[in-house]
Amino acid sequence: MDRFLVQRLGFALLLFVALVVVVPILFVLGVIVVEGSMAITWEFLSAMPSDGMKGGGIFPTIVGTFLLMLGTAMASIPVGVGGAIYLAEYARDTWLTRAIRLAIVNLAGIPSVVYGLFGLGLFVLFLQFGTSILAGALTLAIMTIPIIISTTEEALRAVPTEFRTIIASLGGTRWQGIRGVVLPQALPGIITGIILGLLRAAGETAPILFTVAAFYLPRLPHSPFDPTMALPYHLYVISTQVPGMPLRIQHGTALVLLTLVLSMNVTATVIRSYFRRRRQW
Amino acid sequence: MVDAKIRIRQLSYSYGGAEALREINLDVPANAVTAFFGPSGGGKTTLLRLINRLNDLVEGTRMQGTILLDGENIYAPGVDVPRLRRRVGMVFALPLPLPGTVRENVVCGPRLAGIRDWGRLEEILERSLAQAALWNEVKDRLDDPAVALSGGQQQRLCIARSLALEPEVLLLDEPTSGLDPISTAKVEESLFELKQQYTIVIVPHSVQQAARVADYAAFFLMGDLVEVQEGTRIFTTPQDPRTEDYVTGRFG
Repeated sequence: MDRFLVQRLGFALLLFVALVVVVPILFVLGVIVVEGSMAITWEFLSAMPSDGMKGGGIFPTIVGTFLLMLGTAMASIPVGVGGAIYLAEYARDTWLTRAIRLAIVNLAGIPSVVYGLFGLGLFVLFLQFGTSILAGALTLAIMTIPIIISTTEEALRAVPTEFRTIIASLGGTRWQGIRGVVLPQALPGIITGIILGLLRAAGETAPILFTVAAFYLPRLPHSPFDPTMALPYHLYVISTQVPGMPLRIQHGTALVLLTLVLSMNVTATVIRSYFRRRRQW
Repeated sequence: MVDAKIRIRQLSYSYGGAEALREINLDVPANAVTAFFGPSGGGKTTLLRLINRLNDLVEGTRMQGTILLDGENIYAPGVDVPRLRRRVGMVFALPLPLPGTVRENVVCGPRLAGIRDWGRLEEILERSLAQAALWNEVKDRLDDPAVALSGGQQQRLCIARSLALEPEVLLLDEPTSGLDPISTAKVEESLFELKQQYTIVIVPHSVQQAARVADYAAFFLMGDLVEVQEGTRIFTTPQDPRTEDYVTGRFG
């Protein structure tokens, strides 16, 4: 066969494969945006649900997801970034650090429902936090930490070794080098990693299923030991558990969740590209 | 030999299993330029980095023997390593400014040492840049990013950065390897000024440079110190046939 024809067939096939990937995503996005935007009103965003969730708004689910993200961030960022600094800057290459790295890689691959059951066992039952924001946020944090550790470690390792050597040669301690040069240079990468980690946590249903999420709770939580409604779980509930739910509300809720997640994603991308242009090496 | 600032005794060093230096004995005189020269892989840079303990950062190495600075073993337990590195400054082969402005680069070392007073830091800034023969070129650009300077200016900036700490010893590892001849000449000129005040050890980037700048020259070959001579004698009347072969260009 003519080799140019082969090439053209090959390209056509690859284009088709690419479209197979893109078209369903665009379709899903299109349906949610078009159908969902009709449901979005000020009342939908700011009112309590009523009438067995068939009416009113989704305000407590938005607040719940926001509080969960806040708690997850507070628990996972110090541990994740601190652990990564230790692994990238201090730890020598021993069997122990190799075991830790292996564990981190494997943690990132564990199905989220397993985290949910772990959180139920440890935080809800054993530590007696009950079904609460605290238990849910800590469960999500455990899921997020491996992502933050591996992205932060990567960002730290991308900073040239020479900067550390120079700081050492100028009589600086290792920590002075990390705080003064390495961390500021790695910061955009670290922030991106944190956002991507929280992003994943924001959209998860399984880890909050047993640890925090309320089926129907038309009030705002009063303390970290209260349960709360949350967007992903609410979406699951109104899509599968409540007969006769108006499609409009489902699409509206999906649009709110999607907007939240996409805006975090865009923020991460903007931060990364902004700092990459300003980088001096 | 006059007053030795640094005495190296029976020094052997290896990375992993590979020997980098074998039983080196050498005195580095004060207020003079001593050149470590020879083909690459000879252990010159390794020895340089041992003098301010920068090789502490490398894992899996083995060292025997001693290095004395003013008669004190710098590898003795309890030595304040950051303080040692402030006394023994280092300029690297590639000019690599730290992120930040010209000013921030020069005063980086003193600030790491805890000097916060900007009046004092300004004095240090001007003195160090003047000593590195850079002040006139950058005095109006102190708040520009350091990477905006030319390659030759960046290398003199790195020298100024080391001088800001007023070290007693200045180690220069092929400081002109990436520079044009004019910049090289400026750096070499500044060495003549600097040796009045500092003890300088340089790994030159060529035999010719060694001959131009060295008061004492030590020839290194494959981890051995072959020969040390005062002045330019090593280039005109080398004692060892290996030195002669190298300086006459028979190998290397």
